[in-house]
Amino acid sequence: MAMTMTQKILAAHCGEACVYPGQLINARLDIVLGNDITTPVAINEFEKAGFDAVFDNTRVNIVLDHFVPNKDIKSATQSKQCREFADKYNILNFYDVGKMGVEHALLPEKGIVTAGDCIIGADSHTCTYGAVGAFSTGVGSTDMAAGMAKGVAWFKVPAAIKVELVGALKRPVCGKDVILHLIGKIGVSGALYKSLEFTGEGIKSLTMEDRLCICNMAIEAGAKNGIFPVDEITEAYLKGRSQRPWVKYEADADAEYERTVTIDLSTLEPTVSYPHLPENTHPAKDGSRIKIDQIVIGSCTNGRIEDMQAAYEILKGKQIAKGVRGIIIPATMDVYKECILRGYTEAFIDAGCIVSTPTCGPCLGGYMGILAAGERCVSTTNRNFVGRMGHVDSEVYLASPATAAASALTGYITDPREV
Amino acid sequence: MNAKGTVFKYGDNIDTDVIIPARYLNTQSAAELAAHCMEDIDRTFVNRVKAGDILVGGENFGCGSSREHAPVAIKAAGIDCVIAKSFARIFYRNAINIGLPILECPAACDAIAEGNTVRIDFDTGLITDETTGQQFQAVPFPPFIQQIIAKGGLMNSLKD
Repeated sequence: MAMTMTQKILAAHCGEACVYPGQLINARLDIVLGNDITTPVAINEFEKAGFDAVFDNTRVNIVLDHFVPNKDIKSATQSKQCREFADKYNILNFYDVGKMGVEHALLPEKGIVTAGDCIIGADSHTCTYGAVGAFSTGVGSTDMAAGMAKGVAWFKVPAAIKVELVGALKRPVCGKDVILHLIGKIGVSGALYKSLEFTGEGIKSLTMEDRLCICNMAIEAGAKNGIFPVDEITEAYLKGRSQRPWVKYEADADAEYERTVTIDLSTLEPTVSYPHLPENTHPAKDGSRIKIDQIVIGSCTNGRIEDMQAAYEILKGKQIAKGVRGIIIPATMDVYKECILRGYTEAFIDAGCIVSTPTCGPCLGGYMGILAAGERCVSTTNRNFVGRMGHVDSEVYLASPATAAASALTGYITDPREV
Repeated sequence: MNAKGTVFKYGDNIDTDVIIPARYLNTQSAAELAAHCMEDIDRTFVNRVKAGDILVGGENFGCGSSREHAPVAIKAAGIDCVIAKSFARIFYRNAINIGLPILECPAACDAIAEGNTVRIDFDTGLITDETTGQQFQAVPFPPFIQQIIAKGGLMNSLKD
């Protein structure tokens, strides 16, 4: 039977020649991941069940990123629990303050995840790694505990939606605009339980940063995973970076898809998702009457160096509007350092912004930019649910780094092509 | 196994940020999480909910974050079962893994009103609205998942 790319990776990891949608399988895991919020719960489950060893100390990854540097005593206690577990079981890929980054920016950057992998992470945005040609999906803490103990997870093989990308992006339109457009088109449950398989000649115009951003938000359409084919751009990224040899899987030409969604990249515009669902998309140019109080540029969605560059191109030599707070958070220490070396950090500060060390902080309303009642933020993060960044009466508008930076300059939602 | 209780009803796309806001994720205590359950969508929920009550949602219940704290908070608040038209997939896994019964039944979600008394037979998947007398048949779990539940959750099932 013909298979999609996702189905081929799953078949290879459960020892079957072929798998079909709906089939329940036990798959071997290449990477298991958790963060400072989900890992403590997994540790409790792991220990309660009486396990005394992880399946492979090179394959379990623990990244402290959500509430670090710790925001309060309770979060410090959770980090401490992760640290002690990592020490006890000699977890090689344990990333603490000083080495950490936002997990889904860090793991691809370090070459820990690679093409052909089967990956679970106790974080919903684990679907990011489909960008490098892996099957990768978010799970809960108990699944993480089971994965750490046994190196396997159960899956229902997903049916697929083909996303055919044609044309080429016209910068500053970027990956964020592509995925917001797609979610606007199919809805927040449009891909529920399914894989989103990106394909078409249009992918040639997408950088790795674009693809990582697009796969990152596959979950916001309900998808189990998003995945890109492995092409020259992927292999150039993996070369010298991937810590293990990679395997390139290709969908069969006659693979079955439940539906095909075609997007002409050349027609896309800077896009903004209004509160309180990512599917509530509008052109950025229509938001010029919406006054804002804050912008956030960062997160696992848009905290990579290309995102920082997009913000720099707009902010350099300018001042953000009076009354707007500009919060810029490079997603990893490497991106943070590169921003300093390239002069971005100085330009951001001169423009009136702050530049934080890596953290998920404001994205989930943790700390470092919480909103009061009635406040509005244009954010490059991934969710705009009620109360996501603070008070239940605050509002988050999701956008690209270019759109967030342009909006900071004017104090209103602004199309980056207009500044 | 059966459940019987009063219904709390919410709409589509009930996300994990309203089920348990991230500002409370610095704890793993089920009781502390339960004290803030549904806080950002219904501040009265924790004061009204009683042990054995039933939560009814719409499409894509539990969308968003992977936080297992969400089904844990619902269960610890006293809810015995969540009925929805569909569940976000990570919430679905998490609920099974921690032992919070969930049922998919679009017809029941449309018909059952807030405050009604509902009885659920988990063996047959039969949902009875005792207030109106209407009955609904939920989609049963596949045998694979029934086995996980029968063994007392995922971690217990791994020990064999």
